[in-house]
Amino acid sequence: MTGINLEVPRKFRPLIKQAHDVAEQVLRANSRKYDLAEHEYPTELDMLAALVDGLNDGGSGGAGASGVRRSHGGDEGNRNGSNLSTVLSILEVAWGDVALVLSMPRQGLGNAAIASVATDDQLRRFAGKWAAMAITEPGCGSDSAAIRTTAVRDGDCYVLNGEKIYVTAGQRADAVVVWATLDRAKGRAAIKSFVVEKGTPGMVVERVERKLGIRASDTATIRFTDCRVPAENLLGNPDIDADRGFTGAMQTFDNTRPLVAAMALGVARAALDETRTLLARAGVEIDYDRPALVQPAAAATFLQLEADWEAAYLTTLEAAWLADNNRPNSLQASMAKAKAGRSATNITLRCVQLAGATGYAERELLEKWARDAKILDIFEGTQQIQQLIVARRLLGKTSAELK
Amino acid sequence: MVNYPIPLVPCTGMTLTRPARRDPMALGLAVLNRLAGVRALDRLNLRKPVERGVYQATRTGFRTVGAVNRTFTAARQQAAPARLPAAGKPALFDLTPTDEQRMIQQAAGEFAAEQLRPAAGAADTECQPPAGLLARATAELGVSVIGIPAELDGAGAERSAVTNVLVAEALAHGDLGLAVALLAPAAVSTALVLWGDGNQQATYLPPFTADEPIGAALAVLEPQPLFDPFALATEATSAAGGYRLTGTKALVPGAATAELFVVAARLPDGGSALFLVESGSPGLTVEAEPAMGLRPAALGRLVLDHVTVPAGALLARGEQYADCIRLSRLAWSALATGTAQAVLDYVIPYVNGRQAFGEPISNRQSVAFSVADIGIELEGLRLTTYRAAARAEQGRSFAREAALARTLAAEYGMQIGSAGVQLLGGHGYVKEHPVERWYRDLRAAGLMEGAVLV
Repeated sequence: MTGINLEVPRKFRPLIKQAHDVAEQVLRANSRKYDLAEHEYPTELDMLAALVDGLNDGGSGGAGASGVRRSHGGDEGNRNGSNLSTVLSILEVAWGDVALVLSMPRQGLGNAAIASVATDDQLRRFAGKWAAMAITEPGCGSDSAAIRTTAVRDGDCYVLNGEKIYVTAGQRADAVVVWATLDRAKGRAAIKSFVVEKGTPGMVVERVERKLGIRASDTATIRFTDCRVPAENLLGNPDIDADRGFTGAMQTFDNTRPLVAAMALGVARAALDETRTLLARAGVEIDYDRPALVQPAAAATFLQLEADWEAAYLTTLEAAWLADNNRPNSLQASMAKAKAGRSATNITLRCVQLAGATGYAERELLEKWARDAKILDIFEGTQQIQQLIVARRLLGKTSAELK
Repeated sequence: MVNYPIPLVPCTGMTLTRPARRDPMALGLAVLNRLAGVRALDRLNLRKPVERGVYQATRTGFRTVGAVNRTFTAARQQAAPARLPAAGKPALFDLTPTDEQRMIQQAAGEFAAEQLRPAAGAADTECQPPAGLLARATAELGVSVIGIPAELDGAGAERSAVTNVLVAEALAHGDLGLAVALLAPAAVSTALVLWGDGNQQATYLPPFTADEPIGAALAVLEPQPLFDPFALATEATSAAGGYRLTGTKALVPGAATAELFVVAARLPDGGSALFLVESGSPGLTVEAEPAMGLRPAALGRLVLDHVTVPAGALLARGEQYADCIRLSRLAWSALATGTAQAVLDYVIPYVNGRQAFGEPISNRQSVAFSVADIGIELEGLRLTTYRAAARAEQGRSFAREAALARTLAAEYGMQIGSAGVQLLGGHGYVKEHPVERWYRDLRAAGLMEGAVLV
């Protein structure tokens, strides 16, 4: 039976159910605790991480960040693989608590980067390591081509020098995937990523940030001073290839952006679910058949928010599905991230408003979700960067033409 | 030459009987405004177009009895209704159309590019589709027959709301108003296939599979603000052996030439229902109702004044009626998707070619991001519409998904229409480019009920 179908495949249902149970029983239960106790290590997650590892090893596809590795089998028709299952399970756990998901051992975005571009040998060597991702510097955010951290080849090592900020899970992770340039004069093509393991001499976590949201997740500043990294820790091709150079690093984003979109969808659905319940208690039921304009303003608002959620959700599934089928998905990945990021921020903020004092006070979690959601429209490429990518693709423009 | 009732008297000391309560100053200004307006017509050499506009209003400003309809009789005895079986439920998430769908999609796309887009401007002005278009669409695309089961001389094998969505989307890429004109009769045949009993199908379906297509329309919308299809003003009261319908239906496509209507009316118990009404029924009149857009669909207002129909005219009620409303909204979402894609496809070469400050305007983020947002919201609208349609044909619940598709079509259809004009600036506002038409047409997707069905 084939044909256009946008339902979650039956084979992923047990995985999603498990993820949802974890979200409800473990993550939601600890949500406020670690929002208040910023920088405290959420020990409950260690047990959980083992469970997620188990899910990953299960037959039906991945549950965690490493699920984004693209398999290169032959053409066997339509495939629903680990990109799709990962997006769906991340959505569920983020429904529980996105900050705790970001602190989940071995599920860092660095793991997704490794899964995306590592050789089989590297994949083996870094198996079981929790990897954070270090791109941003004090002088460069979205403009990753302006990276100043340098990597200089010296014998069988690269020597790293520079400062990285906003490294999610940078303090707790076992390793950090660091973006550095081999030659600043050669621009993007010279930017490579390196896996730097914790404890490597010359790598120092200088501080952790205090933040608007995702407080359960540590955000670190890491300094590299003559930090020697084995040459075989360079991910992808070590040559400076002007044609392909940056694509290796960027390919990671094609895989990780749908994951971040899924996180945004999870947080947003948490807010929608809670708000629906609160509105029902207040006597407002959402009617899908009657026109929004003849329903209470709260119901009409809710319908608009849920519609945005649905659009973001399906665009995210599309991006993951394309990846599963080895089809280019940069455009759809950026569309998904853009739509999910801005919708999640809008949805969670509006849900606070719909719930009034209950939404704003710390007794409930709505205010926390509104704070958490904002980062999802910033990291892994801001809203504006996604728009830029989408625009370039649609208009057929280079980054030199459309800056 | 049209005579304008201009009072050729000085502004001061003038007396007019209407309006009664204006003070002299306001009165003077009102008259001045009127005179100035008329003089401007000459200065701008606009008298010809205005005359044509008046002619149009006369031609399309009719009020007439409904088209004389053929005699509908049951062509054969049909005890049980024929239905298309529900589509299967695919095991996997898949955005790939079937080979058959791809073929139909391509045929509809070519028809839209070759026959709809070039004819759209004139049809918009004329308030009707070009002669013979319906027949050509029937011959080349078979828009009606793909939804009618084979045992009723159609070509349909299974329920396919998705195929209908793909066809509507492809046609609306050519022109939304013409797409509505083409798809309006199929709304009635689809309703008959979905909900008609054996006798209704035997009586009314045969003309839909004939070579010469029959005009028909699904009339749900009413003129009152905040219209709610579940709180209809049109009433169906009990009469001897049937019902008596009274009320007004708005923006009905092809109303003047339709021979058969499916009319939504409120039952004595307060519920909503669909009735089959022949256009020649005594008490049924049609008025022209040209609107902001959808003009090629030859919109009309249907006035029902104690129109008597037999008990067998009741076509659908309850959950079936609700499904009709949902499927119609889905069709509008599909149409909005097609036209929104047309906007995107049109603005891209324009902003890439248009120079300002020494470079293409698409080199500027504010322009480029507007294009990006069209693309992003269009993708969400399309996928949401597909999901709802797929659920509908699989026999799953789809009220939620249809409502969300509708919400997106209303909000982002409008936004995309507006962005299309804005990106072309002054050029977008004039009829040299189609974006001003799409701006008007896309607004319809958020307020229309009925008329089309998937």
